[in-house]
Amino acid sequence: MESLWPQIEPLLAHVTKPARYIGGELGAQRVVHGPQSVSWLLLYPDTYEVGLPNQGLQILYEILNERPDAAAERSYAPWVDMEAAMRSAGVPLFSVENHLPAGGFDVLAFNLSAELVYTNVLNLIDLAGVPVRAAQRGEDDPVVLAGGHCVFNPEPLADFVDCFVLGDGEEVVGELNEVLAAFRTDGGSRAGGGRAELLAALSRVPGAYVPSCYDVTYDEVTGRPAGITPRSAGTPGRVEKRTISDLGAWPYPRQQLVPLIEVVHDRLNVEIFRGCTRGCRFCQAGMITRPVRERPAEQVRTMVRSGLDRTGYDEVALTSLSSADYSGIEDTVTDIIEDPACSGQVSVSLPSLRVDAFTVGTAAQIQRVRRTGLTFAPEGGTWRMRQVINKLIREEDLYAAVDAAFSQGWKRVKLYFLIGLPTETDEDTLGIVRLAKQCVAIGKRYHSSVTVVASVGGFVPKVQTPFQWFGQNTIEELTRKIHLLRDAAKPVRGLTIRWHDPKATAAEGIVSRGDRRMGAVIEQVWRSGGTFQEWSEYFDLDLWTEALGAAGLTLEDTVYRHRTEEEVLPWDHISAGLHRDFLWQDWMDALAEHGLPDCRWTPCYDCGACTGYGVEHVVASAVPPAGGSQGTGQDLSSGGQVPVRFLSTAPSGAAPAPGPGGSAVALVTEGRG
Amino acid sequence: MRIRFRFSKMGKIRFTSQRDVARMWERALRRARLPLAYTEGFSPRPQLSFGLALPTGAESRAEYLDVALDPERAATAAVDVAALPAVLDPLLPEGITVEEAVVVERSKDSLQQMVTSCSWTMRVTGPDRGQLADQVESLLTADTVPIVRERKGRQEQDDLRPSVLALAVAGAGEDAVADPTGRTVGLVAELATQPRGVRPVELVRGLIAVSGGTADRSHDGTDPAGRTLGIPVLDRACRTEQWIVRDGLRQEPLLGRVVPVVSDRAQHAVERAS
Repeated sequence: MESLWPQIEPLLAHVTKPARYIGGELGAQRVVHGPQSVSWLLLYPDTYEVGLPNQGLQILYEILNERPDAAAERSYAPWVDMEAAMRSAGVPLFSVENHLPAGGFDVLAFNLSAELVYTNVLNLIDLAGVPVRAAQRGEDDPVVLAGGHCVFNPEPLADFVDCFVLGDGEEVVGELNEVLAAFRTDGGSRAGGGRAELLAALSRVPGAYVPSCYDVTYDEVTGRPAGITPRSAGTPGRVEKRTISDLGAWPYPRQQLVPLIEVVHDRLNVEIFRGCTRGCRFCQAGMITRPVRERPAEQVRTMVRSGLDRTGYDEVALTSLSSADYSGIEDTVTDIIEDPACSGQVSVSLPSLRVDAFTVGTAAQIQRVRRTGLTFAPEGGTWRMRQVINKLIREEDLYAAVDAAFSQGWKRVKLYFLIGLPTETDEDTLGIVRLAKQCVAIGKRYHSSVTVVASVGGFVPKVQTPFQWFGQNTIEELTRKIHLLRDAAKPVRGLTIRWHDPKATAAEGIVSRGDRRMGAVIEQVWRSGGTFQEWSEYFDLDLWTEALGAAGLTLEDTVYRHRTEEEVLPWDHISAGLHRDFLWQDWMDALAEHGLPDCRWTPCYDCGACTGYGVEHVVASAVPPAGGSQGTGQDLSSGGQVPVRFLSTAPSGAAPAPGPGGSAVALVTEGRG
Repeated sequence: MRIRFRFSKMGKIRFTSQRDVARMWERALRRARLPLAYTEGFSPRPQLSFGLALPTGAESRAEYLDVALDPERAATAAVDVAALPAVLDPLLPEGITVEEAVVVERSKDSLQQMVTSCSWTMRVTGPDRGQLADQVESLLTADTVPIVRERKGRQEQDDLRPSVLALAVAGAGEDAVADPTGRTVGLVAELATQPRGVRPVELVRGLIAVSGGTADRSHDGTDPAGRTLGIPVLDRACRTEQWIVRDGLRQEPLLGRVVPVVSDRAQHAVERAS
């Protein structure tokens, strides 16, 4: 392979943000492709700014490049102006390290984090000069792999991806490399056999799903999939995800990439635990990443200290699905901000704050340096709604959190909600405005002018969750609910409602629970020019509905329809470890408005994630975190509507009076005193 | 206490913006553990002040940066200013090279306000040496050179001529504009920065204007048969010096190296400051 840089360079004078295409990041590897090494191109199918921070790709990038038999480079979706320039100059997709043509790599490996990027996946395969349909690829074409959260329903991309890989990638990537190395093209002929044999060998790697090794039968009446079965005996009938048992054994990325241009999440990121057992029923990430595996606190400290030293960043995010739940989170953040090496200029952020005053106390402490807005996610407007979705936050917890935030100087609070949830009534929807209005009233006690932003997303049911059987709200219904909210919020000064486009919600629904027939739809949308569908300026629902029609499918059947218990789901042969009957029971519990506390600190519900893989929760603390209803053992009966009750504030103006189990608030307050 | 750095920005990294370069420096200065002075407020930033913004895509051998140090902490930290280039160089991305560092007085005027002109070398495709020399001659002898400039997203007519202090076709052997492919012809220029900086691409637009061509950005300067039409297209630009003109002398902002001002309508190459 020869560098394409001489052809790329002249294009860069005419495109926006040309530094997207030059590489040169701190932490970028000097990749040398040996004759025996398998060459991987790791791809994120969105812009460089969105894709570069992806921790999953960065972890695999390092693990692969540490191997003597592998060499990995990276690439991202060129923006539309660059794509046009490349196509007109005949320049194919290239890697950012050595600017090598994508088509010359042994493997194109995609991270799939969102459904609407699927058309970009096809576009990148095409830009690489590789046939988009897996069946049309020849012996010399790269193997197209995909991993990430979206592959728990691989079927919509089954026509285009040679092999999907489920779950944690740290271990399986090496096993895949060994299979690929054995089959590596050597002087034109694959040493271990042809492409079909290679794919069959990949299908035998635990966690790998090779769609071409399975037959799909369809119901003659409904046209829906009736069964997906392996073609040969060596191929598993149900593919189980991979799970690493010890996060501490994988302290990656060791050399987080520091880009030359500004990207999203532009900071040091240290993953403090993986998995979440809060059990929010709408949350796919929480369901598919079980069990909880904490990183040892000492390793977190080391990774933060060496990461800040190496990168020069002044912000570190302690990432996970619910970072305030990490055992000993207060000590960990205190250690970081008190570290003299940080010279008082490093701020810590905890994405996914829990909704309680304790969390705000921690946030106030760690944001001494730079204060961003505070965001809470009650998700549902009424206690009834929150029991249905199992987001067990009492109103008083929210008010205590908001009170703490305003009293400690914040003037702007953002609240995340979902609409279109199962069993939702207009009272639930309007509960969003009621809650937000109370939050504004609390803020007015402290400041003459406050802003509460209620950000409202349309709910898209996701596979491998209890809501996978739920029929999504129609565009019209979501639009009606948005109008309800908008009208109710209009007279409230200080309250702003923001909402997600219901059309984009519908398009996401088309893909998220689609079966193999959706491949034709995705291909047509792409062929009609529908790339960058995550970007509102390029999103076009008409492309999707026209393509659905052409494939003989409807929104009613694929998106809006409730699924039944007996029905074969297109992803039934894919397992995130969760028993189907556990998910169904949880769905029934949801409809019965029955909440289920976190299993980290309560008896096991036998969801299957731990027992199935012989792993268990790795948590340093045997007791739940303090503060609010999201700890455990609390009285949830009081979660119904309560009148706004202004909590007393400590004379120092710090945290409000602790709620049940809230002693840690005092602890944090003392620490700051 | 304030430290002024001179650095270059060459190669692939020229595609990063001025803002990107500022952020690279912030990270490098933190890694070097310099006792930086920070701004006040909810979102403190290190006090860095760059000179005239370099257009994205242009190279430079003459970029400047003023860094304010916290007086108290700087007093105890004993910063070895002369050693700073060697300390910072490995902490900055490839292509950014720290040339020199000196302590400067705090002054009212920022670098951006003091600098009055910049020297540039450029490479253009399209015209051969003779054609380009004719275009340069036309520009220098014109009374006015009307060009369209973009300003805050709006297009405005402007006269380029007063801002072109010197312009010439580069000598064939000049390193700064040497092109291994032989496709391009070199230019050297001194362009005023006051009241508004002139960018190399605007100079090329002026050459097109005086030679009666159109400034179609996408035009590659050839007709359908591939014959060159002599319409210049900017291939590469490099800022080689920034100057502060004071009392008829040009002064380099860091060490105060002094070079006589080139006469206004000079048609010979600008001397390259050493």
